[in-house]
Formats: sequence, structure tokens, C-alpha cells
Amino acid sequence: MPDRYDVLVVGAGPAGLAAAQTAAAHGARVGLLDAQPRPGGQVWRHDVRHQAPRAAREAIAKLQGVDVLASHSVVAVESSALRVETAEGGRLISYGSLILATGARELLLPFPGWTLPGITGAGGLQALTKQGWPVAGKRVVIAGSGPLLLAAADTLRKHGAQVLGIYEQAPAASVHAFARQLRHWPARALQAIGLRVRLAGVPYRFGSFVRRAQGSDSVQRVDIDTPTGTQTVECDLLAVGYGLVPNTELAQLLGCAMDYLGPHPHVGVDRLLRTSMGGVYAAGEAGGIGGLAVARLEGAMAAHIATGHSVAAHALAPQRDRERRFGALLARHFALDPRLHALGDDSTMVCRCEDVTLGDLNGFTDARAAKLATRCGMGACQGRICGTALAELGRFPRSGARPPIFPARLATLAGLTTLPSDDAYRGS
Amino acid sequence: MSGTVASFDLIVIGAGIIGASCADEASARGMRVAIVEPGPIGGGATAAAMGHLVAMDDDPAELALAKYSLHHWEAFADLREAEFSRCGTLWVARNDNELAAAATRVARLNAAGVEARVVDATTLYELEPALVPGLAGGLLVPREAVVYPPRVANHQVKRAQSHGTQLYAGRRVLSLQRGGAQLDDGTRLSGPVLVATGCALPALLPMLPMRGRKGHLVITDRYPGLVRHQLLELGYADSAHGDADSSVAFNVQPRPTGQILIGSSREFSATDAAASPAMVQRMLERSFAFVPKLRELQAVRIWTGFRPTTPDGRPYLGAVPGASDQWVAAGHEGLGVTTALGSAKLMIDLIQGRQPAIDPAPYSPERMAA
Amino acid sequence: MSAQVKLSVNGSLVEVPAGASVAAAIAQLTTQFRRSVSGTHRAPLCGMGVCFECRVQVDGVAHVRACMTPVSEGMQVITDA
Repeated sequence: MPDRYDVLVVGAGPAGLAAAQTAAAHGARVGLLDAQPRPGGQVWRHDVRHQAPRAAREAIAKLQGVDVLASHSVVAVESSALRVETAEGGRLISYGSLILATGARELLLPFPGWTLPGITGAGGLQALTKQGWPVAGKRVVIAGSGPLLLAAADTLRKHGAQVLGIYEQAPAASVHAFARQLRHWPARALQAIGLRVRLAGVPYRFGSFVRRAQGSDSVQRVDIDTPTGTQTVECDLLAVGYGLVPNTELAQLLGCAMDYLGPHPHVGVDRLLRTSMGGVYAAGEAGGIGGLAVARLEGAMAAHIATGHSVAAHALAPQRDRERRFGALLARHFALDPRLHALGDDSTMVCRCEDVTLGDLNGFTDARAAKLATRCGMGACQGRICGTALAELGRFPRSGARPPIFPARLATLAGLTTLPSDDAYRGS
Repeated sequence: MSGTVASFDLIVIGAGIIGASCADEASARGMRVAIVEPGPIGGGATAAAMGHLVAMDDDPAELALAKYSLHHWEAFADLREAEFSRCGTLWVARNDNELAAAATRVARLNAAGVEARVVDATTLYELEPALVPGLAGGLLVPREAVVYPPRVANHQVKRAQSHGTQLYAGRRVLSLQRGGAQLDDGTRLSGPVLVATGCALPALLPMLPMRGRKGHLVITDRYPGLVRHQLLELGYADSAHGDADSSVAFNVQPRPTGQILIGSSREFSATDAAASPAMVQRMLERSFAFVPKLRELQAVRIWTGFRPTTPDGRPYLGAVPGASDQWVAAGHEGLGVTTALGSAKLMIDLIQGRQPAIDPAPYSPERMAA
Repeated sequence: MSAQVKLSVNGSLVEVPAGASVAAAIAQLTTQFRRSVSGTHRAPLCGMGVCFECRVQVDGVAHVRACMTPVSEGMQVITDA
């Protein structure tokens, strides 16, 4: 495979798939990178037991002429090139244009007991289930916020889990107002109705959130605050996620300007998805949480622009604008209850890599000072979990991105293309 | 606060390891101290440093200061915040020539009272099985240690505060004035001033030349036991004290966490704080040449820092030439952590008009006025 | 149904569908993947390679994210539980 592409797309979710396919259709030489072993991203993640949705299968099937670079993790930025890591070694891949379709991750917030095994994100458990995680017969509580909770419940039920309930933090009035708005988006309304039918019999509670989890080796019961009081539920798994935050680390390392709606950054783009850096575009969730339809439209738009087809890009903009309004609607109706910021106490772990508690951070108003004194954010996740949570909690913004973008082998950072297999570190 | 005047026996500007040590020492001696720091405590070169407490023997003055300082570091050996780990230093010889040179260095170190000995190849591999085969031996300095400098600086500032030191956090000194300093919030501090601002020295004392010498470090995930000593190549001093515009040397440290810290690089002309892929590559290749297993390890983070470097490589410790009641402690290049405690004792002795335990003449800023 | 893959987790034989992740294979046996720096048990949190809670040793290589690694026949996986 060549080490230079006219258009290099990072992220093989819906936005990246649309971008790669569109750019290839314009005759560009296209590379599509993703750290995961299969294309699809999170929403279209490959399921080992069930067939993917038709749209996903079609998007993946239409990649003729695209070099799909799966299990390629971007670790560093060089001049018009990305240093990537694969199981076999490192590569330097250069580009003419770069489309960032890096998607989003879940917002995970600390609460007492949240480090117990068996507690995952909501999308997290959905992803693990698709990877073959055994959930059949397991009693699962799903909690947090947003439509992802329903999608997760649906996947879990398909895999034989017993979903005890879905606990949405947004109040009933807000969720119902959202549902009424769905009439303006008929496809989404149909989707929602389909989900509700498939989830018939699963309690869907509003104004409710997990206050605490307990268990010895893994989670055994959770305390849930509801509008009518606290209930304790015995369960085997707890899946709790508070919506999505954009993945902006690569964009930040490239020097792209960030925008903020709340405490979390997204990549700043103009109406045609150009970032502040020449030749770099951002599509989908990276530029702000907008959902699947936005991702697919923006992927195509970014590829049109990157290949010099601005008329085609302009033509998609009105539709995209309309779909972006849906994202804004979601954000408004599923806004987080301020009580969620106060779930953790001083003894609650916040940095799970370095075991730093919320109490350890009292008195710090700056991520860097806190990091130097407590190691908070110094671990392998590089502050993706704790830094994001602390920003959401209003403690302090996450500190700036530093290379590598993800932990990477030293050999990769040294530019070695292959690794001698007999030098692997065998543990202590 | 505008226009407020506060009066002190000593106003320390900068809360890196040098300023923090000076404030700690002065307040322990009963002085009324102020310390002014616009950023995080220990947030500059102190945060970027490896924290290796090491005696370098190629300059007698540096060795005297290091020896004096290392003795005082022993008081931190049991302090949790220091993350003090007595891993020892093992200087690696690639060939018999380097091993022969090691013997000379042992003699110099021993003469200065630093325990050190030459080890043969068999002992070298017993001490560090991960080293590449074919090395000739090494020089072991068994009592040397590593610390975590920013937490030490934090501890020193807290201890100074417990002795009455006033911390002006988030405040910057706009200018030095006769008998004091002017802060950016309008506060005027009056009293003798000690400037310990490292690379930022020229902003307040432009007559004292200072350059930032950029370095890179890479830290890995946890691999306990893979490397046991701070490992350096015997050729390190050539990189550290040579004049080459850019150089790298093998310099690898086991952190008490089990993480491995990999250095080192030196660049004079680089002013950009961004990590340079080319320098990182050179530095890592150098480390692989000595410890091939490093190649497979996971790097968690890369960062850079700037070492405050004077034209002759020695720190400025003493009175500011041509000024009264102005003192300077800055320019320790890569040895600021090692020599911080000795530098502080020497400085406060000078300020109090006492005879320091070691000869202060080699560090006197007067040498720049000549 | 897809083909099955056999691998070893802490010395025990585990069989999972081809394409499954190492995380899924481990979960057939235990929910404890790694010990945190203060010694508490941890298991996957994010399921998508972000949180690093699922790090295990795979074929002798330490700190491998189990959720990002597809199983292969004969793989040797060791958790720190």
C-alpha cells in the first residue's frame, strides 16, 4: 500500500465511510484509517453474532478504490503526515488533504463505586456485547442520558440480556417534549417507535440516575434516585453513560482551533467543514455531537471540498444544517441535571489510571498544577476519562493534548517500520 | 490590593525547585519571606526534569556544589512527597577505552567523597540484564537517587508557608525596584529580592545572559524491574557539556512507579516547545542501542522543557552585579534539582552575611560583569 | 453462526466466536482484568479503546487493550487479577 494519499480519512465510522467513498468517487487516491480492526465506527460496530444494519453494510461494501487501513492507530503528527501504528510496526502516511472523522466517546462521570468490575459505559457495554462479551441471562441496569441508552438496551436484549430498566436522568417533561419534536424528523420518529416496540416491557424511567454502586468482586446492586425516592436494584451489570463528547485530540495536535458549547471542545469548522488548518477538514461528531445523519452528510461534504467539488458540498449544506438542529435539540432536552456533578464524594476515584480521588484534587483550579501534584491525568488514558469528567464537573478544563495521541510503542515513535518479534517485553 | 505595600526580609521570585528551596531555607532560618509565582509551583524546568540526583565530576565547582547538595537531599529520603528512590546511577562503558576513563572518574568522585566504583561486564549484566550484550562494564554510584521534583517544590513551598512565608500565587513581578519588586496586581513588595526565574531571568535581569536549552523526555507505561538503576552512557558529559547545537545521549531512569523515563536531548537553537519527531527519534534510537527491549514498550507521554543555561554552564549564585539588595539563583542547566538544596543554603548564607560551607566564588554573577 | 476460536486465558481454554475481542474472551472466565496502581480490581469501562482499564498481557506483551484486540487461535492471555 502506498504511503501517500490525496485524501486521508481518520475514522471509519459513518462520517469517515461517507468521506472515503465520496473522495474515491472523485478519483482521489484515498486511505481510510481506523484503530479498530473493522470499519463501522461505534454506531455501526461489527457484531460477532448479528448482522449489521443495511445502511452500514452498504456503506462498507461501497469502499471500492479505498485503502482500508484497519487496526491503524494514529500516534503522532508530522509535516503533512501522520505517524501510525499497526500490530506489525509503524508507518508514516502523508496526505494532500486530511479529513478528521474521529467521532465521539462517552461522557463517564464518577460516582461512589463506579470502578467496580461490571460497570461500563452504556455505549461501552453495547460495544463490548457486539465484541462477544457474555450478557445472555445477565441482569442489566442501563442508566445515564440520551437515546444511546435505548440503542444499548436493544443490542443487549438481542444478545439475551435481561434489561431491568432504563434510567434516564432527564425529566419526563423534557423527554416528552423531545418526542413531540420528532414529528419534524419522520425517519427518526420511525426509528424511535421501532426501538420502543422492541423494548416493550422494559421500564424506561425519567428524572432518575444511579447514585451509588456496591459489590464485592463486581457490581451487585445499585442505588437509583428517582422522582419518588431511592430504590435499590440487584444486578449483574450496570451500563451508565451521560451522552457523548467529541474526540478532538488529533485535531488539537494538528493545531486546529477548538470551539466550545459547554465544557468540552469540538473542532472548530466553517460551514464547509474547513478547520483553522489548511487542508484539514472535520466531519461528524468531531465537529460537535450531531448524530448519524449529520455524520454521513458531513463526511460526503468534506470529501467534496477536499477534492475541489465545492458545488456538491454547498448542495448538501442545507440538509446538513437541518440535521445539525436535531443535535441541538438533543443537547437541549437531555441537558445534564446539576445533581450529577455532585455524585462523587472526596473518597470517589476520578483518575482511574493513577487512582486519584476527587478529594485529592480539592484546592486545585488548574489541570496542570493538579497533575504535577497528584498525577491526575498522567496515566495511559491521558486524561480522556478523568479530564473530561473534571471539565464536566466544573473543576477545571482538561489540559492540552500532548503526543503520542494514544500510548504507542517506543519503536513507532522512533520511526522504526518493523519490530523484531523476539524483543517483546515479557513482563516483570 | 492596588498600591499595597508589604515588607519582607526576602522576596523570592520564582517557585521552581531553586526558588522553593531558597524560600524553604530562608523561612526555616526565621526570615520573613515572600515567594511570587505566576504559574503552577514547580511548573517550569522543574516539572520537565528527570529528577536524577547525580554528581557530575567534569567541573570541580559543579562537583563541589553537587556533593554539598546531595548530602542535604538525604533529609528527603523518607518524605512521601519526594518519591525518593535510591536506585543508584550506573554509567555504561561501551568499550575498554570508556572503561579506562571510568576509573579516572571514580578517582575524582571518591576524592570528593562520593562513593563510586568500576564494575566489570559480568557485574554490569547482573545489575542490568536488559542491557545490550557486548558492553565493557560500567561505573556504579550506588547512593544516588531520583525524586519527583514538582512535588518536592510543592512540599518546600508548603513548609515555607507553615513558617510564615507569604505565597503570591498567580502573580507576576513586573519590575525590580530599589528596595523591592512591583507585582502585576499593583502590590509593591519591599525588601531584598532573590531572582530565581530560570530561563525567564533576562526579563528581570537582562545583564545576565541566559539561554534555554531544549530537552525531550518520553515516559512509558509501568514495567517494574526491567531497568533498576538510572542508566547513562559514559559519553553523556560530551552531550551535556559539549557545545554542539543538538545532541542526544542514553539516559534512562526507572521511576518508583515502574514507569521508565527516557532521555535525553539537548538543543540550543530550538525555541518551540513542541516535541520534535526527529529529536525524539534520535533520542530513542540511542536508548535502543543500549536497551533493545525498550523498543516494544508503550510510551504514554512525550514532553519538552528548557534548561536555563549560562554561557559557562555554571549557575549564577550571588549578588546581582552593580545592584544592592538584589540576589540571583538561576542557570543550573540540567543539574538544578541535584544542586537546589546546596544552592539554597549557599544563597541564604550569602544574603545573611555568613561564610558558606563551600567556596561561592565560582558561581558569582560578577564573572559576567568582568 | 461464525467459526469458533480457542485461546488460553490464565491457562484456561476459552472458546469464542471468530472476530470476538480478547475482552469478550476474558469475560467468559472473570470480570477482573487488571489491578489498579493501588491494588483494586478493574475491568473494561468504555469498550472502545479509550479508558485503558482492560489492559492485559497478550502473547507476552504487556499493557495490551483487550477490547481493541481480536482473538486469534492459540493466543495466550494473562490478566493481573
